[in-house]
Amino acid sequence: MSINDKPAPAATPDPWHSLTQFTPARIALGRAGMSLPTRACLEFSLAHAWARDAVNIPLDFSSVAQHIQALGFPTLALQTQAENQRMYLQRPDLGRLLNASAMDCLRQSPSRTVDAVVVVADGLSSTAIAHHAEPLLALLLPELLALGYRLPPVCLVKHGRVAVGDAIAEHFAARLCIVLIGERPGLSSPDSLGIYFTYQAKSGLSTDADRNCISNIHSHGLSYGQALKKLLFLVKEAETLQFSGVNLKDETTDAALDDRQPSNFLLD
Amino acid sequence: MYKTHITHQAYDFKTLRNLMAKATPPRSGDYLAGVAAANHLERVAAQWVLADVPLKQFLNEALVPYEQDEVTRLIIDGHDSAAFAPVSHLTVGDFRNWLLSDAAGTEALSVLAPGLTPEMVAAVSKIMRIQDLILVAKKCRVITRFRNTIGLENRLSTRLQPNHPTDHPAGVAASLLDGLLYGCGDAVIGINPASDNLEATSRLLHMLHEVIERYHIPTQACILAHVTTTLKAIAQGAPVDLVFQSIAGTQKANDSFGINLNLLHEAHAAVQELGRGSLFENGILGDNCMYFETGQGSALSANAHEGLDQQTCEARAYAVARKFKPLLVNTVVGFIGPEYLYDGKQIIRAGLEDHFCGKLLGLPMGCDVCYTNHAEADQDDMDMLLTQFAVAGGTFIMGVPGADDVMLNYQSTSFHDALYLRQVLGLRPAPEFEQWLQQHQIFNTDNQLQPLSDIPALFKPALQQLQASADEHQR
Repeated sequence: MSINDKPAPAATPDPWHSLTQFTPARIALGRAGMSLPTRACLEFSLAHAWARDAVNIPLDFSSVAQHIQALGFPTLALQTQAENQRMYLQRPDLGRLLNASAMDCLRQSPSRTVDAVVVVADGLSSTAIAHHAEPLLALLLPELLALGYRLPPVCLVKHGRVAVGDAIAEHFAARLCIVLIGERPGLSSPDSLGIYFTYQAKSGLSTDADRNCISNIHSHGLSYGQALKKLLFLVKEAETLQFSGVNLKDETTDAALDDRQPSNFLLD
Repeated sequence: MYKTHITHQAYDFKTLRNLMAKATPPRSGDYLAGVAAANHLERVAAQWVLADVPLKQFLNEALVPYEQDEVTRLIIDGHDSAAFAPVSHLTVGDFRNWLLSDAAGTEALSVLAPGLTPEMVAAVSKIMRIQDLILVAKKCRVITRFRNTIGLENRLSTRLQPNHPTDHPAGVAASLLDGLLYGCGDAVIGINPASDNLEATSRLLHMLHEVIERYHIPTQACILAHVTTTLKAIAQGAPVDLVFQSIAGTQKANDSFGINLNLLHEAHAAVQELGRGSLFENGILGDNCMYFETGQGSALSANAHEGLDQQTCEARAYAVARKFKPLLVNTVVGFIGPEYLYDGKQIIRAGLEDHFCGKLLGLPMGCDVCYTNHAEADQDDMDMLLTQFAVAGGTFIMGVPGADDVMLNYQSTSFHDALYLRQVLGLRPAPEFEQWLQQHQIFNTDNQLQPLSDIPALFKPALQQLQASADEHQR
């Protein structure tokens, strides 16, 4: 950015800047008159631009496919009944259904017995998939093979919502359905990826209550390793319990909270 | 019955519910639900037909059957026909004319409120332009009290929303102090907890209680947990000022939220029992102690819209709200996403409709002027709604640091936004809070931030101690 680092002289800084250590919230922004100073205003615009582009810039699926193939795994390119981005955003129902050519494509792929399907959908953030799908799959796919799971090609779904994985899992008669999807982008996390795991997914029948979600996978959130650990835990538990969803609890422990912070300086 | 001809095209809308949906201004959620008009002409045809429907018809033809829906029963059984009398002879179209006339003054509108049903109010809003929605809402006055007085003329209150991704006390306190030093927080200091469990809720309740006590802030606190969690907190003796709950306009949608009217009655009684409001000069206890949130599309997202358009559904939620004399009702207008409100234009109109409908029904309406990053909206759209909402006499808005809620991942309004409105429209905070701000030299007597670059004395010790312990740590 070519914006001068010094606050403009007309802007008044807030003398409580030290509080920014406690929160990622946009506090102590200072003011110009009583309004937002130029710098804070542009920083907001920048963050919003990242988030907007994440939603609106189409995912380069061929690049994603190449990267996955380079890992040694074949891919299938599929699309839902949402024909464009505008339709995708307004019609969540269509984003859950494969279109006719995708169904043909599935029918033509060699049928053999599989255990798990891995689906990659653009969802609401193309940058999430562009940044994180390949490195995550590079860890995940070998782990699944090591567990003895038979996998069909990795299915790449354009304009897909989470539930589109159900039809794919059902087509391959797969027990395990693993969907990687771009999450609704936050201003501070435009490229967040989510993993949804469903055991015995049934098209049109499985609901959110039947799924387990691992969200917030991005550079300031969950690491690939942490996400994989959680997913493999859920897979293992689901294989024993023979279900997934709200009654399957993630018991992997998160990093301990940072206890060095003061509890509450307003009351100490 | 609901028929018309336009040139050679015949329109027959069959039911009042269908007519309402077809007459509603375009909105993505109604297309998603399959209830919207197919084209512009059908929409306008429906508006013409709706304008000729007598208001009384809404008492005869329930949009959701009386037998199957407790919200309908609440609306019909609670209708005050004496209050309705002044407009009972009017059609929807004439009701609009009446609302815009001098006959509909502030006093007349207050007296009328219990005589109106949500459906009547939703109907008239569908044939009103934005300037009509603003003009009529501005004539309504709804005043509520807990520890301060909200809703007085030429006042605008703010909810301070110091959310933190993990509810860390210091993180919450940092945003809280930032907001107070920008003059924010008279509507409520309200936190959305990152996790809806009893322990986290109790901890935050105690914290806000202690901050309000220590710094003598004339405001109230609320943790926006599920009503059942708050009830448990009350049972444990936690200091609860306001009970929060999200509500919707059908029994089925409320079911999906895990609530019903009985549960709300129970919570209302429990929090009234605590009686933590202030005693005002006239000997009246501040006893408005509920905080409700609503938003167009919430019923559809739970697949519980019963064939209603989302704006009518929303207005019905206000019937639930007014039963419990809330301190605050907040329509969280752009939170739910573009499948319900596609762009800035839809969000702006929805926010002003909700405010109009709520005010006409006698509710203290605030608006979370907000959007998500997958909606076709930006800060300019929010500025338009923010400004129009304040011109319409909106009761309160949100105050989120830098308009970026780092826990809920959406953009709302900032402390700076509220100060912008105070400057351009001369809007003051609630009087008790205004006095506190001026006493502690956060605001000057013109309700502007003080031009000093030092921290007000009230909060200096806390920050100095923080600095001292940081220095200690470095050594």
